[in-house]
Amino acid sequence: MRKLAITKLNDLFAAIAESEKLYIPVDGKTGANYELWAEGKTLSDALNTVRSPKDFFFPQTEDMMAFKTEGKKIEIIDTREECEDFVIFGVRACDVRSFAVLDNVFLSDPVDSYYKNRRDHGLIMSMACTRPAETCFCKTFGIDAADPEGDIVCWRVQGFLYMDAKTEKGAALLDKLASITEEADSDVIAEEKALIRARMEKLPLASLTTDAFGPGKTDTFFDSPEWKSLSESCLGCGTCTFVCPTCQCYDIRDFKTNNGVIRYRCWDSCMYSEFTKMSAGQPRLTQVERFRQRFMHKLVYYPERYNGLYSCVGCGRCLAKCPIQMNIAKVMKTLGGKAND
Amino acid sequence: MTDIREPLIPAIGEVVDIRIDTPDVKTFRVVTPDGKKPFIHKPGQCAMLSVPGVGEGMFSITSSPTNEEYMEFSIKKCGCVTEWLHAMEVGQQITIRGPYGNAFPVDTEFAGKNMLFIAGGIGLAPLRSVINYCRHYRDRYGRIDIVYGSRSKDDLVDYNEIISEWVGDDDVHVHLTIDREQEGWDGHVGFVPNYVKELGFDTDKIAILCGPPIMIKFTLAGLIEMGFSKEQIYTTLEMRMKCGIGKCGRCNVGSKYICKDGPVFRFDQLDELPDEY
Repeated sequence: MRKLAITKLNDLFAAIAESEKLYIPVDGKTGANYELWAEGKTLSDALNTVRSPKDFFFPQTEDMMAFKTEGKKIEIIDTREECEDFVIFGVRACDVRSFAVLDNVFLSDPVDSYYKNRRDHGLIMSMACTRPAETCFCKTFGIDAADPEGDIVCWRVQGFLYMDAKTEKGAALLDKLASITEEADSDVIAEEKALIRARMEKLPLASLTTDAFGPGKTDTFFDSPEWKSLSESCLGCGTCTFVCPTCQCYDIRDFKTNNGVIRYRCWDSCMYSEFTKMSAGQPRLTQVERFRQRFMHKLVYYPERYNGLYSCVGCGRCLAKCPIQMNIAKVMKTLGGKAND
Repeated sequence: MTDIREPLIPAIGEVVDIRIDTPDVKTFRVVTPDGKKPFIHKPGQCAMLSVPGVGEGMFSITSSPTNEEYMEFSIKKCGCVTEWLHAMEVGQQITIRGPYGNAFPVDTEFAGKNMLFIAGGIGLAPLRSVINYCRHYRDRYGRIDIVYGSRSKDDLVDYNEIISEWVGDDDVHVHLTIDREQEGWDGHVGFVPNYVKELGFDTDKIAILCGPPIMIKFTLAGLIEMGFSKEQIYTTLEMRMKCGIGKCGRCNVGSKYICKDGPVFRFDQLDELPDEY
C-alpha cells in the first residue's frame, strides 16, 4: 500500500498524465463529470459523476466503419484504430462493478472489438465512498462501497490518499509513481472501511434486497398487475437508460457524408417505442411493456443469463434524474413485497 | 485490435440474379465478388444484409446449405431497406454478414422422422432451406408433407420450384391452398389452419410452422387437438434486430436473444419465455 498527501494530488495527476491520458471527475455547471486532466483541473468532491463512466468503454456514439460506393460497387473501410492507454481516476465501487456487467455482454463470444480495444487500454483507479449518498444502494447488489474492485483502489483518509494495487497493471503504475508516494500502513484503511460500512447501514435504502428477484422469476413478475401502476407516469424519455452505467442497448445507423457513408452505433433505449418496432408489427405496444422489459431485464433476465449477476449496481443515478421520480428501488419495493418493506 | 475479426463489419455480396416471386416478394441470389458462396450456414440461420446509407436488416437464408454455389434470400417489400433491395438491378453489390442464430436440428432431432412443414405467405422463406435440405438427403427422412397457403395463387412464393421440383419427389406430398377462389385455380381454397385440420395428420412426425402470428396460433391449436405434443412442433421467431450477435438488446425476450439463441424454437421452449413475441 502506498500513500500521498492530498495536498500533493496535483503532482500525482501530473505524474500519471506524463505517460497516459488521465480522466478525473471535475465539477461543472450541471454537476461532476469525467474530464481529461490538465494542469489547473481539480478533483471533484462529488460522490458520483452525472454521466456514468461507461462512456470510456462504450461511448454514446462511435464510428464503426465506412463505405464508399461507386455505381453498383461498394468498398468497405475498416476504420478501427488501436486506442491509446488511459487512466480513469476516482471510479466508485458501483461503477467499477458496472464494467463487469458490460463485460459479460461485450466480451462474450463473439467479442465486440470496439469495446475490447478500449477495455484493454483502460486502467481503473477506483475510490472508496467516504460519504455515500441517500440514493445509494450498492450493498443491495453485494457491492462493498468501502472496498471497490479496480486496478488500483484508493481511499481518502486523514489528509492522505491511500493506494492499493489489485492487478499487475495497477502494480506497474504504482511502481512508476514510487518517487512521489510513500509506503503506507493498512491499519488505517481497515478502520476507514468499518466506518464506511457502518454509514452504509444507515442509508434509507439499506434494507433493500434482491431476495425476491433473480433467475427463474419470470413467471412470478411478468404478469403482475403492478406494472401498469408503476409505469403509469413514465414519460418514456429514456433518461434512466442513458445515465445507467449498465444499460448497454445500442442502435446501428448509417450517416451519409460528402464522400461516402459512415456506419456508427449509438446508445438506444428499451423505453422507446421505436426500439422494437418492425414492419411486421410491434411486440411492445405500450409503455407498460417497455417499462416492464427494462426492469425484468435488470432483475430477472440478465441474472438468468449471466450467473446470477444483477444488471443494476445501485449507483442511484436514475433515482436522482428520473423526471417523475420513478426508479428501480421503487419497482423492487413494490414487486418484492415483504422482502423489501 | 484491428487484427481481431469484428463481427459487425460485413463482407461484400453481389446480386447475380433477381427472381420475381410474387407482386411483393423477390428472391435475390447473392455471391461474393469473386463468385463464391458468401459463407457456410445451417437450415434456419439468417444473415444481415445492408445497403450502405439506407440500413441493415436480418433475413432468413432461403437457399439450402447443400447449395454450395450461392445464397438466396426471398424478401418481401415492406420497409426502407427492402424497398431499396426491390429496386436493385443485377450486378448491384450489397453487404452481408452472418450466419446468425441457431438452426433447425436437421441432423439430430429430425433425423429419420416424418416431416410436416406448414407455411403461410413469406413464411415459406425460412422453411425452404429445410425442405430442400431434407429433399437433398431424402433417405435420412421419412414421409414429407408440405402445407402451404397464401392470399392468392400469385402470392405463393417459390410456386415454380414447388410445382416443378417438390411435387414430383418421392414421398413428398404438397398441399397448396389460397384464401379465396381465383380463376385458373383448381386447388384447395381456405385458410392454412383449417386446411391442416381437414387434412388431418398422424402424430408420428415433426411439425414446423412459419407464417403470420394468427396462422401460427390457430395451426398450433389444431395440431395440439390432433394429439401433437409441443416437443414435436417448431417455429421461428421474429423480433427487430440490429447487431445479430446478442448484444444490442432489441430482440431480447426473457433471458434469450432471438438473433443468437433463436430464431428456431420448439413450442415447449417458448412456454418458458415470457409471452412477448
